[in-house]
Amino acid sequence: MRLKYVLNEVLVGLWRNVTMTIAMIITMSVSLFMLGASVLLYMQVDQMKNYYYGEIEVSIFLRSDVTDAQRAAIDSTISGNPLVSKKTYETRQEAFTRFQQLWADSPDFVKSVGPDSLPESFRVKLKDPEKYKSFADQISGMEGIQDVIDQRTLLDKVFNIFNGFQVGSLGVAAFMAVAALLLVGNTIQVAAYSKRREVAVMKLVGASNWFIQAPFVLEAVVAGVIGAVIGFAVLFVGKVVLLDHKLQALTSILTPVHNGNVWLMLPLLMGVGAVVSAVTAWITLRFYLKV
Amino acid sequence: MIQLENVTKTYPKASRPSLDDVSVGIEKGEFVFFIGPSGSGKSTIIKLLLHEVAPTRGKVVVNTKDVTTLRSWKVPHFRRSIGCVFQDFRLLPNRTAYENVAFALEVIGKTKAVARRVVPEVLELVGLGGKEHRYPHELSGGEQQRVAVARAFVNRPLILLADEPTGNLDPDTSIEIMRLLDRINRTGTTVVMVTHDSNIVNQMRRRVIEIESGRIVRDQARGVYG
Repeated sequence: MRLKYVLNEVLVGLWRNVTMTIAMIITMSVSLFMLGASVLLYMQVDQMKNYYYGEIEVSIFLRSDVTDAQRAAIDSTISGNPLVSKKTYETRQEAFTRFQQLWADSPDFVKSVGPDSLPESFRVKLKDPEKYKSFADQISGMEGIQDVIDQRTLLDKVFNIFNGFQVGSLGVAAFMAVAALLLVGNTIQVAAYSKRREVAVMKLVGASNWFIQAPFVLEAVVAGVIGAVIGFAVLFVGKVVLLDHKLQALTSILTPVHNGNVWLMLPLLMGVGAVVSAVTAWITLRFYLKV
Repeated sequence: MIQLENVTKTYPKASRPSLDDVSVGIEKGEFVFFIGPSGSGKSTIIKLLLHEVAPTRGKVVVNTKDVTTLRSWKVPHFRRSIGCVFQDFRLLPNRTAYENVAFALEVIGKTKAVARRVVPEVLELVGLGGKEHRYPHELSGGEQQRVAVARAFVNRPLILLADEPTGNLDPDTSIEIMRLLDRINRTGTTVVMVTHDSNIVNQMRRRVIEIESGRIVRDQARGVYG
């Protein structure tokens, strides 16, 4: 009986103030959508870091006038370094072959580069890619080295852009959340005002606080959850349309976005939407329904 | 049943206390009038007994419970032992007489079946048999107050508080409401009524406590308005 009463009050409450309810749901869904996008991006960057950092190498390019003695010295220094997990050597000819394969689509470009234009190099995998700095310091002073390049610094630039997007969408989410929360607070105030007589009687006859407050809090929670579902739907459709179809080329660099991760956003957004609405409603009621 | 011990209540920003060192005891089953001019502090007593306000100093004991130290989450349960009637009835306009009374039961967790059993009974008791399905605007002032009394009494409280219950009613109707409160008192319910209706006080000849400027100036068994 009580459950039925409470649920009925919730539906009546949402319907009584339907324009406000819609505004509340829309802002909530935009905010939660941005939150979901931000979390997904964060997970994606994390996944990409794991993937690429496992693959990256430090390249030590040798000068074109390097002597055999210098090369041997460099080789033994690298082999003796405790930071190194794997080392390969690439001759000029190998570098050129690889270059030809890599740019096979642009034969004119390949023709303009001769087998001698590319430097020979050592490719080194570090046990811990984070230790690049100390490794580079140890090796770069040696004779015969032209350049030490860490792929990581290139990747970091890319990841910084992603991080920027992620922080940006988190910022927008927070900004929209402020609007959403103000709307929740306002809706609850209006609802409490329109039910002030009932509330007064309930307090008078000794209805418990939770019983008085539950319909209002649930009203906010239902709106929050609907907002979350809409936000999630937009996120999912956006993922399918943009990443899987329109911008498919991008995903081959990005490492694929798993549907599982996207589905994970549903409980997350619903949870955040419900909890945040409930807390806001409850705090609002503390001010407007003194017991 | 009710004990006020050296109770002082000063509202914030008020220049003088509404109640000033008031001590009074009311036994179970008594019928007590609190009388006095407007602003004398009568209504503050009702608010203290309901725990709507807390005393600035002193102790309020209702039904062996010290209201002063009552935790706020226990207040709702405490109020279930007290019925309350006001000058302005405080009925829900979009509910019938039956629904108004049943509402009071349902919001404290009683089932619809219980309501179906006890609500017609109590409406019969207050003399509204046959008018269960009228809305408040279809009832006279006296009838509306009867609904309010039925709502206050349906849960069989130990104490019935009445804050100027006849303030909006004509003299004849007022006397009918008083008969009703008297009948409720005879069931063993303690009745505390705040009023400045001298007619009624003089007719009932019950205990009269007169308050002036927050102090008790008279406490008389079988008293008159004075």
